[in-house]
Amino acid sequence: MNSIYAFVVGPLAWIAWGVFIFGSLYKVVSMYQLAKAKDGSSLHYMSFKYGMRSILHWLNPVGTLGWQSNPYTALVTFVFHLCLVIVPLFLMGHVVLWDQFFGITWPTLPDTIADIMSIVFVACCVYFGLRRFLQRDVRFLTTGKDWIALAIPALTFLFGVLAYHQIGNDKVMLVLHILCGEIMLISIPFSRLSHMLFGFFTRAYMGSEFGGVRHSKDW
Amino acid sequence: MTFDRKIEDAGLTRGVSRLTPQRIEDTLRQVLEGETGAKLKLYAETCMRCGMCSEACHYYMSHDGDPSYSPAGKVHQTMGEILRKDCKVTPEFVYQMAQIAYTECNLCRRCVHYCPLGIDTGYIMSTVRRMCHKLGVTPQYIQDTAHSHAATMNQMWLKDDEWMDTLQWQEDEARDEMPNLRIPLDKEGAEIYYSVIAPEPKFRTQLIYQAAFIMNEAGVDFTMPTSPGWDNSDMCMFSGDFEMMGRLKKIHFESALDLKVKKIVMGECGHAFRSIYDQGNRWDGWDMYPIEVVHSVEFFWELFEAGKIKLREKFHEPITIHDPCNIIRGRGLMEQSRKLAHALCDNVVEMHPNLEHNYCCAAGGGVINCGPPFKNVRMKGNRIKAEQLKATGVKTILAPCHNCHGGLEDLVHYYELGMDIKFFGDLIYDLMEKPEVE
Ligand code: HEM
Ligand code: HEM
Ligand code: SF4
Ligand code: SF4
Ligand code: SF4
Repeated sequence: MNSIYAFVVGPLAWIAWGVFIFGSLYKVVSMYQLAKAKDGSSLHYMSFKYGMRSILHWLNPVGTLGWQSNPYTALVTFVFHLCLVIVPLFLMGHVVLWDQFFGITWPTLPDTIADIMSIVFVACCVYFGLRRFLQRDVRFLTTGKDWIALAIPALTFLFGVLAYHQIGNDKVMLVLHILCGEIMLISIPFSRLSHMLFGFFTRAYMGSEFGGVRHSKDW
Repeated sequence: MTFDRKIEDAGLTRGVSRLTPQRIEDTLRQVLEGETGAKLKLYAETCMRCGMCSEACHYYMSHDGDPSYSPAGKVHQTMGEILRKDCKVTPEFVYQMAQIAYTECNLCRRCVHYCPLGIDTGYIMSTVRRMCHKLGVTPQYIQDTAHSHAATMNQMWLKDDEWMDTLQWQEDEARDEMPNLRIPLDKEGAEIYYSVIAPEPKFRTQLIYQAAFIMNEAGVDFTMPTSPGWDNSDMCMFSGDFEMMGRLKKIHFESALDLKVKKIVMGECGHAFRSIYDQGNRWDGWDMYPIEVVHSVEFFWELFEAGKIKLREKFHEPITIHDPCNIIRGRGLMEQSRKLAHALCDNVVEMHPNLEHNYCCAAGGGVINCGPPFKNVRMKGNRIKAEQLKATGVKTILAPCHNCHGGLEDLVHYYELGMDIKFFGDLIYDLMEKPEVE
């Protein structure tokens, strides 16, 4: 078990981060090249001002027609993504690893808060899962890819929580947690999770078209 | 996935009968690889299938939440399926995707206000139409207008002399009321080039009459062109015939540039406006129109502001105002439209939702132009609009778009709302001070 653990926090972590960083760079650069080659009539209208205007409005959970019309989903989406970004970045267990490998540290979240946020995150995943299963319009749209996109972060957090609370075999849970976390990193550039890379661009593009060309708001 | 609402259409049936699997695959691939790029790829990848856009669409709302009418649901059944099957789809599927793309989406972009990721369903459905056009699978009625565009450069098969005759006939008629009225033809260097859509000379000549009357009374230096290019409409933009869309806009702008006018003013039309600021100009490689184009709503408001139109009285009955997508969500003319409405009417009752968030009339995007076979698609698919209109409790609707007129008239009859629909031009003409005639 210890050698597996060493492998997942060592070489495999390097691979995962490598694929995530270089894969993301590759995706973004190649998408930009493609846009330059094929979407000149759209790219031309990109505007920093209107792009930011749109992004800022959509970062307000009650500021757009879409969020207002789906208040529960809006709330869950915001909580989900906040936990998703904050917990892994500021978790003591994670920062310790950075310290151990690279000698760098930064402030951390108190463990209880991180723990609560992680459990809340898992609950958000359950909400999304139920929604995919029970709500007619969402169910109609759902494909295997969407379940995968939901399952990967859900399992990462779930195993993380189980490991922390030493439920089940904690070593196994930890390895599973890290493994899922690494799969998540690897899959970000290549799955639906790539919306992390592109979401702000599609948003900014729509904002640019609505602000610059259509003179109206896109929220 | 079963599609249980197939509607018989001669154009679609004929088109599909000529398809082979190989031709479908080659054509779809050619459009995907040749004409789309990062935009479509990103939309396909980043759409999280969250369903937040469902409630945006009047079709979805009017069909009691039938998921196959939601914006993402329609993409799922068309472009989504093409991408999943790697272009290997059947002729029967092509029929279905044509019916969805041409008749169950108005390209109104209301769904943009709902999608957190900024997915443009209108663009995706437009691309599906482009594929259908290239496969020769287009609804018969809209294809007829596209053929007319190609043969005559106008939408209604009007011959050049018929157009000129119509203008002179309207000038003649209007002289009973205003003896010195002129519709100056091809006047070089005029301030304003007034352009209309071909259905005006064909079915709604009173609109030309009224516009001429208003501009004469306001002392506007205007002209109307007699040669092809006078028709600013553009059904090819909606049928997917983008090559023709480009030719139409080119000849339209060139005819105005040839006359060395200062700007184009266009009648109260939505889609023609879209084609000059959004789609046609881009196809021709213009950032924006090469000569300024002003919509009637803006133009009338400018005349008002300058004190060039004086009213005899205001419209007293309560009246509501419809926001056509292509001039409001598409071009932000809400301020002018409200100022004008309040200048003309005592009692403007807003419908809800309104402004950018207004529900489409379900006629736009070429759907009404798909003709009688699909009329019920528009009627059943827009109960929500009828309810919205009814809730205002008024008897008159202002709608500054020809298509909206057609669509709203049909809805008013179908849902027995007993409402009257007016253009701004109608109101101004009725209410303005007119010179005494002996
Ligand atoms: C940081 C930039 C990101 C932005 C702007 C963003 C935005 C969004 C938006 C707008 C949605 C749709 C709303 C909804 O489903 O209710 C969404 C859904 C989702 N996001 Fe993100 N996201 C980001 C990063 C991530 C990351 C890093 C992950 C995971 C690794 C992720 C996982 C998900 C999942 C699984 C869903 C789907 C939930 C469902 O099943 O409905 N997101 N995201
Ligand atoms: C290279 C990949 C990763 C490694 C090596 C790693 C390592 C660890 C370690 C050592 C712990 C501490 C367990 C404990 O305190 O007993 C932990 C906990 C946790 N990690 Fe990770 N992790 C990785 C990726 C991720 C990612 C990508 C996420 C989420 C997006 C994540 C979320 C969590 C959570 C939620 C916990 C448990 C927090 C709690 O309940 O207190 N981890 N991880
Ligand atoms: S009709 Fe309008 S709201 Fe409905 S899918 Fe088409 S563009 Fe979106
Ligand atoms: S189009 Fe937008 S709102 Fe609709 S399902 Fe996709 S991501 Fe969600
Ligand atoms: S006809 Fe009017 S409401 Fe309908 S799509 Fe056009 S502009 Fe919009």
